[in-house]
Amino acid sequence: MAPETVIDLAAQPRTSRQRPPWLRTFASWETTVVLALVLVILIGSATIDGVGDPRFYRFVILEAIPIALIALPMTLIVITGEIDLSVASTVGLTCSAMGALWQAGVTSLPLLILVSLVLGAVLGAVNGVFVTVFGLPSLAVTIGTLALYRGLAFVVLGDKAVADYPVSWTTNMIAPIPGTVVPWFVLVVAVLALLFGVLLHATPIGRALYAIGNNAEAAAYSGIAVLRTKFWLFVATGAVSALAGVFWTFRFASARADNADGLELSVVAAVLLGGVSIFGGRGALLGVIAAVALLGTLRNALQLADVPANALTIVTGTLLILSVVGPNLVRTVRERLRRRQPTPPMERTQR
Amino acid sequence: MRIGSTRLLATAVAAALALGLTACSSDSTEPDAASPSGGSGNATGTIKEGLKITFLPKQVNNPYFDISDNKGGKVAVEEFKGTFAQTGPSEGSPSAQVSYINTLSQQQTDVIVISANDKDAVCGALTEAKTAGAKVVTYDSDTRPECRDIFVNQATGDGIAKNQIKLISDAVGPDGGEIAILSASANATNQNAWIELMKTELAKPEYSKLKLVDTVYGDDKDEKSFQEAQGLLAKHPNLKGIISPTTVGVAATARYLSGSSYKGKVALTGLGTPNQMRAFVKDGTCKAFALWNPADLGYLAAYAAGALASGIITGKEGDKFKAGKLGEYTVGANGEVVLGDPFTFDAANVDQFNFG
Repeated sequence: MAPETVIDLAAQPRTSRQRPPWLRTFASWETTVVLALVLVILIGSATIDGVGDPRFYRFVILEAIPIALIALPMTLIVITGEIDLSVASTVGLTCSAMGALWQAGVTSLPLLILVSLVLGAVLGAVNGVFVTVFGLPSLAVTIGTLALYRGLAFVVLGDKAVADYPVSWTTNMIAPIPGTVVPWFVLVVAVLALLFGVLLHATPIGRALYAIGNNAEAAAYSGIAVLRTKFWLFVATGAVSALAGVFWTFRFASARADNADGLELSVVAAVLLGGVSIFGGRGALLGVIAAVALLGTLRNALQLADVPANALTIVTGTLLILSVVGPNLVRTVRERLRRRQPTPPMERTQR
Repeated sequence: MRIGSTRLLATAVAAALALGLTACSSDSTEPDAASPSGGSGNATGTIKEGLKITFLPKQVNNPYFDISDNKGGKVAVEEFKGTFAQTGPSEGSPSAQVSYINTLSQQQTDVIVISANDKDAVCGALTEAKTAGAKVVTYDSDTRPECRDIFVNQATGDGIAKNQIKLISDAVGPDGGEIAILSASANATNQNAWIELMKTELAKPEYSKLKLVDTVYGDDKDEKSFQEAQGLLAKHPNLKGIISPTTVGVAATARYLSGSSYKGKVALTGLGTPNQMRAFVKDGTCKAFALWNPADLGYLAAYAAGALASGIITGKEGDKFKAGKLGEYTVGANGEVVLGDPFTFDAANVDQFNFG
């Protein structure tokens, strides 16, 4: 698998020179997702009452914020060929811890947030240690911590819901940017997206992540600190999940141990639909952000069209399958197109 | 360079999070005041035609809510010529319910009739819906009072607790012994309130021989409840009785007991439906159980919704409205309307009922 990928990468520039630019753009999965999003909005606005209203976007964005947040570091993790399924449980445990601290008399908001973020980072570091120090597969480790962290959340807060936060905290969390309907918290997501985007697409670390995903061994031989990089990715994912937990607690004005139950599936769905390869080494942040928006918009639009909940889960499931099949299909088509072109003699000798 | 790279990553994340932190603590606008829920005062007392009334249960595909909404609420809404709908999430989570509240508020539904998955988490969305012009009736499971106009209570918690403890005491017999509770989810507002009230009831001298030793949660899932029932008996060999105040839990427990050596030795009561419990009442697993009629609950909630949207009532204590075949109801303290006392089913009467 790996040597082929190397050849594939080397061959890329040639195909891009030879095919018309419009075909290249269209053939990219990220563009397909963005187009699908535009299509859903256009068709939805024309046919479904309420889609496209300012309030529609407000609700879509509010629902998408936690998914978008966690999807950012998750994209990086999946690109390295790993996965973190414990993110929703990290949200739940963070919520529980915040609730317990609040009940214990910690009333400083910055302190609560700080403790939550540190807790999230620690939970991520635990995943990181298991994966990098003990060399265990992240799928197994994080299925374990998915259960463990959720269990701890119930230990911390039990069956209670802590909901007596100051009203100003809870309303401020979902307050719109003055003069708009857009929740201000989306700015936090935007800044983080920018940071993660630059990190992934414009720095040596980003290139290292792709290299690790394509072939971790080769990456290690070429001087990349594979394990250390992966460790910090898990830490970052934990901390960002905790931030999502802070948002969740105040958005719903309710800290409960079962907060965000099952959210990891929405996050992974968005990452895969965004064109990130589950096998690592491939993907772009733009596609993931577009996929978060697409899933949220589609879901809300179908809800407004009175599509029952069962059918909605079928739609999400189908999209997920498409997202795994789709990019592969696009690649196969590209491959075929390329093979039709005569191969220059020089590259043939290189092979 | 390696070290530099990873540090840079960590620093970038830290910087971003710090930014989120400062942004959190500053900002922003004050909340909108909740819209006044005042009605226009409808002297004639007739419900307007053409009202859009949508039921939002804890989750769809739940037999209990299918009856309350489709056999009760729908019948009532059709009686006063409104438009009935039922919608909701397939899993019983508060955040999923919020999404549906938002949708209903966008659809300009006249009244949202909701059974809340979390009394606090749905409040923000309900308040936003009220501001947009919707009325809110809660049924089965309430929210904080300020988030809705009226709560249609199936029975007072007190009534349920008294009924359940009386039934288990009768079933266990005069010698008393250890009892346990098998509840729904650990977060269910109503379940937890009832359990607290049962503890209060158990503290009374006439129940001094009953000792509550455990509370377990079957999450309103049949298989989990079945396993929890099994676990209870393994853990407490001297257990004399189980109370399961949830329809899923009591049926699963009955199924376990009736197929085990504990049948007839460990007493069972709870809140169950006649169709699910009939066989177990007849084979002696369960002497008696209780419930209200869920169809009546939905029916009353729909009439309360219609009366509210027509300005007949506003949710004030003392407001009166007519609820079709159920007769006249009066709004009590905190905007509560109580359906009535729980109804006890036993071998003598269970065949007269056909629901669940």
